[in-house]
Amino acid sequence: MCQVDEDYHDQLEHADAPSVSKKCAKCKEATAAVVIRAGDTYCRDCFREYFIHKFRAMLGKNRIIFPGEKVLLAVSGGPSSCSMLSQVQEGLSQNAHKKLRFLPGIVYIDEGGAVGQSVEERRRTVAELRALFRATGFPFHIVSLEQVLDLPGSVVTVAPSPSEQPASAYKAAVDHFIQNDGGSRLTPQDEQEASHPDVQESHTQSLQQLIGSAKTLTAREDLLSTLRHHVLVHTARTEGYSKVMLGDNCTRLAVKLLTSISLGRGAQLAQDTGFSDSRYGDIILVRPMRDYSAKEIAYYNRMFTVPSVFIPGLDTMVTDKASIQRLTESFVTKLQVGFPSTVSTIYRTSEKLQTVCRSSSTADLFDRCLLCMCTLDTAVEDASAFKATQISEQLSQTKSPGAPRTETQRQIQAPAESESTAPTGQCCSSGGGEDCGRAAAAGGGGGCCSSAKLPETTNLKSLMCYSCQLTIKDMTSVERLPQYILSEAQRRQRRSQMREEISEFLLDEGDGGD
Amino acid sequence: MAAPIAVHLEFGGGAELLFNGVKEHHVTLPGQSEPCFPGDVKQLLVWIQQNLLKERPELFVQGDSVRPGILVLINDADWELMGELDYQLQDQDNVVFISTLHGG
Repeated sequence: MCQVDEDYHDQLEHADAPSVSKKCAKCKEATAAVVIRAGDTYCRDCFREYFIHKFRAMLGKNRIIFPGEKVLLAVSGGPSSCSMLSQVQEGLSQNAHKKLRFLPGIVYIDEGGAVGQSVEERRRTVAELRALFRATGFPFHIVSLEQVLDLPGSVVTVAPSPSEQPASAYKAAVDHFIQNDGGSRLTPQDEQEASHPDVQESHTQSLQQLIGSAKTLTAREDLLSTLRHHVLVHTARTEGYSKVMLGDNCTRLAVKLLTSISLGRGAQLAQDTGFSDSRYGDIILVRPMRDYSAKEIAYYNRMFTVPSVFIPGLDTMVTDKASIQRLTESFVTKLQVGFPSTVSTIYRTSEKLQTVCRSSSTADLFDRCLLCMCTLDTAVEDASAFKATQISEQLSQTKSPGAPRTETQRQIQAPAESESTAPTGQCCSSGGGEDCGRAAAAGGGGGCCSSAKLPETTNLKSLMCYSCQLTIKDMTSVERLPQYILSEAQRRQRRSQMREEISEFLLDEGDGGD
Repeated sequence: MAAPIAVHLEFGGGAELLFNGVKEHHVTLPGQSEPCFPGDVKQLLVWIQQNLLKERPELFVQGDSVRPGILVLINDADWELMGELDYQLQDQDNVVFISTLHGG
């Protein structure tokens, strides 16, 4: 059977060409224009139908968006989010079969300041996008990333979610909406244009310093995406939206899944890549494009002229090995060429991921990461992998005796202690510069001021999940973090200290006590 | 003798950054001197690399073919349906390169 036969080899090589037939696989009449997945050929019209249907099916299958709800579309200008925008337009149009029934708004976050674009370039991009948004007729908000420096602390707190609506309520809500002549209410609202004040130069510089304080591109990208999410959630909250639609496509999510594992975000995978993400409580992030591969989106945009704007980002034109995100992307795309089912396999795996559902009543603030708002995964049990990581970190940092020793010892002690921080460290981080001088005299530690930064970093670390800790570790100085993060950190630390102090007076609640 | 072929090239999705930001190019491929090698897509890529690509060729071509993640449409149809690299270019063909990669 298994002969090394020259003829056999030739037959294998020729088998490829005839298998990709030239006729559409669906209607079998028109000439095929696109190849989707491995070997499915579609003609233009069948492809369009398939594309539009998938969007509706995705929203209909996950009955999360209720009729009449205000949904914010996060548009970055890239092909996926612009495609999402056009699908929403398509779905809301009067003659659509099974119309969509929610009220969309658009938000665009101008990240030019973080990326290093000139003011002129940013203005041009914003003008181009403004014209694009105006053509849709939806209300839009153009926000600059510099706004992240002024966000209120409520962004990194979990707001109580509105009462859980069971799945059965969806059907009832839809019927109710139709009965009440919901169609007339959904005419495009009069365009409200949020004024876009010019960004102050100093803010842009602060933002650049913040991004620049992360030493590796990996940390920078991670930080940027966290800040972006915070701005999105804040905009949604202030403008009264209850859901945010993100334009992540299948390929991006497959890359994100593998990247997240490499970054140590395994515990948060389901929320990072799933259809709905409810870590913020009242605002739910939804990813309706997660079933579309990048190829399908690019073809659709090209064939049906969906406008999009290319905006260079932090990682444009970098080499493959510049960051973990880039490396994973290059790995997946290369693999996809030889094995066209790579992305869909990864995607299907991600669909099966679920987090252990802790009841939301015990959603203590202490259980959430300061930056990414996901449940903390840093319970250091004795035989856990995390404990092993900590031990090797401590061992690799023990240096020769001398002045550095006090700093390393403080670092070693801090993770070992449960939540209370070393007193000298605490006074440095809570006070300003002037307090530091006093503490140096009173605390008796000569190295107090010089090592002021270390206790701060350690303090923040205890409030974060594993991967955010790694991002912070890559930052030269955490002082550059926006004020809302630092003040929220202090608030949590004070509460945790207070809890420590009165712990012996607290009644044991069974699952909450010490 | 293959006659010179006029081809319309377009770049999108960030690929235009490698070509000075110019998205559309009308080019005339010179007739090949060897009559047994008329212009196919593989030759087009070589030609682009030599004549149009201003910087960072590794971000556009990889070996014989385009870098994984860059889609190629020939006359608004998937190049996989046309034979990929072996498709023989004809006069007035429209070839579009769209980058789907995050990093340009």
